[in-house]
Amino acid sequence: MSERQGMSARTEVSIVGVGLHPFGRHDPGLTGMAMGAQASRLALADAGVSWADIGYAVGGSNVSGKPDTLVSVLGLTGVPFVNVRNGCATGGVALATAANAIRAGETDLALAVGFDKHARGAFAASPADYGHADWYAETGLMITTQFFAMKDRRYLHAHGLKDRLLAQVAAKAFRCGELNPDAWRRKALSEEEIMRSRVINPPLTQYMICSPSEGAAAVVLARSDRAADLCERPVRLAAVAKRTRRFGSFEVFAPWLPPEAGQSPSVDAARAVFAAAGIAPADVQVAQLQDTDAGAEIYHMAETGLCEDGAQQQLVDLGETAPAGRLPVNTDGGCLANGEPVGASGLRQVIDIVLQLQGRAGARQMRRPPQVGFTHVYGAPGISACTVLTA
Amino acid sequence: MTATAVDPALFISLDPPRLAGSRCANCGTVTFPAQTGCGKCAGTKMASVELADRGTLWTWTLQAFEPKAPYRAPETGFTPYGVGYVHLGDVIIESRILGDPAEFEIGMPMRLTLLPLWPGPDGSAVVTYAFQPGGEHQ
Repeated sequence: MSERQGMSARTEVSIVGVGLHPFGRHDPGLTGMAMGAQASRLALADAGVSWADIGYAVGGSNVSGKPDTLVSVLGLTGVPFVNVRNGCATGGVALATAANAIRAGETDLALAVGFDKHARGAFAASPADYGHADWYAETGLMITTQFFAMKDRRYLHAHGLKDRLLAQVAAKAFRCGELNPDAWRRKALSEEEIMRSRVINPPLTQYMICSPSEGAAAVVLARSDRAADLCERPVRLAAVAKRTRRFGSFEVFAPWLPPEAGQSPSVDAARAVFAAAGIAPADVQVAQLQDTDAGAEIYHMAETGLCEDGAQQQLVDLGETAPAGRLPVNTDGGCLANGEPVGASGLRQVIDIVLQLQGRAGARQMRRPPQVGFTHVYGAPGISACTVLTA
Repeated sequence: MTATAVDPALFISLDPPRLAGSRCANCGTVTFPAQTGCGKCAGTKMASVELADRGTLWTWTLQAFEPKAPYRAPETGFTPYGVGYVHLGDVIIESRILGDPAEFEIGMPMRLTLLPLWPGPDGSAVVTYAFQPGGEHQ
């Protein structure tokens, strides 16, 4: 029995280095791949290791090339390199894949990197990529921001929340962005300015929706029993989980849904990650939630178990989700203040939590560095990845 | 008006407008458009079914900016348009929504109609389905 327990003991994984190429709009000549290389080098330097030490790499990009091409600039070491392309959830899936390589004994040290360089304006999606016929896009129904607006309206209606909550959440994001030197949007905006900005898809206005942007993020992961040698304050990846949608959940790019409601993949991924970590949502002291739009942050708070449906108004009114509150959400400004380079976004979230847990978050640092953090990404066509990170 | 469906698979008929879905022989799930397999029970016996032409508005928004291709604007140029989901009893479907947005409200009765999109190769209008306020839920 004891031998069996010994054999099944899980290899623990920790984050020992992080690197970020700031998100935003950059020189047209700066490629997504170049930003990915820079973020990777910063993460390696943060961990005090070299590329040659990395035994397994995972990279994600939606539109800016095949991530394994990075070996040509980082070094042709022969390292196994997996490419991930899972929409907005790419970063979370890349991290999970790298962590699993360590758990499987393939390596002691892995790198996860994500990058993207998107054109300005809303994403244009190909119907064939999502299994739809041409009519769906040609007639103007296949637009991600429509879904955000319609899910928000349905959620606010069902739980008696007011449209103004969207502006409150966005204003909080920009206040956080103001404190984050790496953020794209670093100017605080009042709720009035946000509500009066250009209508995109009502109830959403320009500043309530994140914009596609450019940037890269990378993390170095190590076996936890080696982590202390590499990092003064390694952050333990207590658990990571990813899920796809189930029947009945309301998802982006869905021409129909059944009358019976199903739960979102965010619910499934969050439950799985908390169960695997042995940590309850109530234990979370800092969170990163997919805030593709302000409403997404609102309903993701409930879908991930961090609050009850409808409780968001009071939490936001009391400032509990701001960096000085009881449950800070997206202290780096989230997608709203950073924009979304799709391949990198999930790793940016992880980096913000790591910095908070380590007490390295600068002006946005929580007064008492938290011990338990949580990240959540959600992407088309209904996928989610979550992590629990502990100091 | 001679009309051509933007995709014939969407319709049982254009006059009167009736939408074509599919119903799973095993669990009764109704899909739109028709599918060859059921997402609920993984069944593969799907029969064609005519969807209700009346329903209620389940959620909605406006498309206020001109989408990028493959969206096709009308010949007269882009103008903001309504989009929503309409609850038809057996299934909730996404649709263009016609009418005055100031009157849109979750739960309001809606009825099926056709929306001309652009001219077809033979001069007929290419049409898609849409819902507009009106008619009681049946």
